[in-house]
Amino acid sequence: MTQITPSGNNELLGAAVSIRKISRLERVLGPENFRVVQGMFKTPASITGFTLIFFFILIAIAAPILAPPVNPNDPYKIPRDGFKSQPREMGSEWTKNAPEIPFWYKAVTGKDEWVHLFGTAQGQYDIYYGVIWGTRTAFRTGLIVVLSTLLLGVLVGAISAYYGGLVDNILMRIVDVLMVLPSLMATLILAAVLTPVIGRSTLPVMISLVAFGWLGYARIIRGDILSVKERDYVLAARVIGNKDSRILFRHIIPNAVFPTLVLASLAIGDVVLSFAALSFLGIGVDVGYADWGQVLAFARNWITNLDTYWFIIVWPGLALVLYVMGFNLLGDALRDVLDPRMRGKI
Amino acid sequence: MPDLLLDIKGLETQFKTPEGVVHAVNGVSFGLKEGETLGVVGESGCGKSVTMLSVLGLIPSPPGKVVAGEALFSGQDLLKMTNEEIRHVRGAQIGMIFQDPMTSLNPVLTIGRQLEEPLMLHIGMTKHQAQERAAELLSLVGIPNAKERLNDYPHQYSGGMRQRVMIAMALSCSPQILIADEPTTALDVTIQAQIMELVKRLREELGMSIIWITHDLGVVAGIAHRVAVMYGGYIIEEASVNDLFANPSHPYTLGLLGSLPRVDEVEHGRLFSIEGQPPVLYQKPTACPFAPRCKWVMDRCWKENPMLESISNEHRVACWVDTKTGRSR
Repeated sequence: MTQITPSGNNELLGAAVSIRKISRLERVLGPENFRVVQGMFKTPASITGFTLIFFFILIAIAAPILAPPVNPNDPYKIPRDGFKSQPREMGSEWTKNAPEIPFWYKAVTGKDEWVHLFGTAQGQYDIYYGVIWGTRTAFRTGLIVVLSTLLLGVLVGAISAYYGGLVDNILMRIVDVLMVLPSLMATLILAAVLTPVIGRSTLPVMISLVAFGWLGYARIIRGDILSVKERDYVLAARVIGNKDSRILFRHIIPNAVFPTLVLASLAIGDVVLSFAALSFLGIGVDVGYADWGQVLAFARNWITNLDTYWFIIVWPGLALVLYVMGFNLLGDALRDVLDPRMRGKI
Repeated sequence: MPDLLLDIKGLETQFKTPEGVVHAVNGVSFGLKEGETLGVVGESGCGKSVTMLSVLGLIPSPPGKVVAGEALFSGQDLLKMTNEEIRHVRGAQIGMIFQDPMTSLNPVLTIGRQLEEPLMLHIGMTKHQAQERAAELLSLVGIPNAKERLNDYPHQYSGGMRQRVMIAMALSCSPQILIADEPTTALDVTIQAQIMELVKRLREELGMSIIWITHDLGVVAGIAHRVAVMYGGYIIEEASVNDLFANPSHPYTLGLLGSLPRVDEVEHGRLFSIEGQPPVLYQKPTACPFAPRCKWVMDRCWKENPMLESISNEHRVACWVDTKTGRSR
């Protein structure tokens, strides 16, 4: 008869109690974070979100194939087909400055020559090109701005919460004061001031978005750190004789940063929206820079004729809506997974 | 007395709260000899932990502040050290373990990395050396498969194992003093016994002094050489463990001992308890802090706070009443 012994390979025991396999990911993340990650791939909303973002990532990566740049040194400049102000319809022929024809083009469109797939905007800018390369701009600005705001916010919030007292008071009052300003307005003014100083590029707008974007993160992480720093393992880390900085960066922040990361993932969409808004208002990038807001801005003068020139607004608008929706769906799903009341329902 | 490893004199710690200044520790003095285990007993909020945290400079400030006293550790006053200096004492020369092992380990770092931390910090080991030593330490505290279990996260350990890890961490740099702040309170009785056995074994092997904080007199009887009983931020009785159990002299100590359930009792009546609540001291008391709960209370107890005085060799009590006779000393 088979016997169950405390040590050794117990097939009987194994059959009776099926031991749950702990995957490598779960070991690294810990059970709580692993549950969150797992939950992210379960709801229809989050799957839709991931699909949308994945779709945009593909477009961004394949941009040089989808829309070969006319001038490879400056791919973010939307090629112009002449200088006429009247927009041209979708499918109209590309006469000047036509880019190279990529391999997929003939098979998909059945044409030998480049046409303006999405039409042209005022000044003969190719909308298709702007939408495709605008995806790259969206990711680039979104990620850079979110990462910088996250870094700045976490740093300020962490220092504020960890040292407390006067430091906390001063830093948080600064946050309060800055939060009073309407953020888009403040960003707009700062960007407008910075643009002539730095020159027209994505930089001034990105700097201003960071300057007014870190406030929320600082507050959130401050709250979480206030709770984490009272935990026993932080005291234990001090008892061992760790330096303040090490306790903060190694023991406190990793345990407190998760909710802030969620907020940040949501914000990628928002940043792109604000960036497009400023770009639409003509602040920041040069006219003709491949950015969705720029392309949308071309529709401004034709706003009364949108029944004819709908394509100027629909294509970049659609890209913008889907992109932001992708990140918002992800954020919603994350919030659901993190909500303790939703436990067991997802 | 030069043979004292740790000599604490007149330690006072206060906390500023919205309701007023709380006098948490009021002039506590005690000494710890080399190789000795001192049990510190008292109910919750009597200042046991705050005393130890004050000594290590771990009182959150503000609101807390050590206002008076000195803590001489091999001739140096711990209370006067700069942050940087005391950092090298913590962990390296004085280790500490806590009540709740479930929350004392960082959930996002592996056990190995947490064990390696003090080794690399104080002894200056390389990552590789620290890994080896961490595995040795883990098997020293009785965790099988130490090498593999280093890569586990705290949630993969049970409570008893986590307390073992905490002990391994506290002992990693061979400290001269181990401060154990109720290390067995959160554990069930069998694990409690195991942990005590482990600490006793390590005490023999490593020859360190221990300050064992608890509110469990049974635990103290099992491990300590000498006991200090604390109440309201004062040490109210101090004696060798045998003397204290044979000859308890402070009404509070008597009450504590009386409220222990006994196996040898024939009649199973209600368990004795001391009436009332421990005080929260917003002023430095002018009366004996135990007076409101004391059944021997006299007029003098309301007017003067008794100081610790020797009643026999190495047995000190702070009380106006001789509880044997019920009369004033």
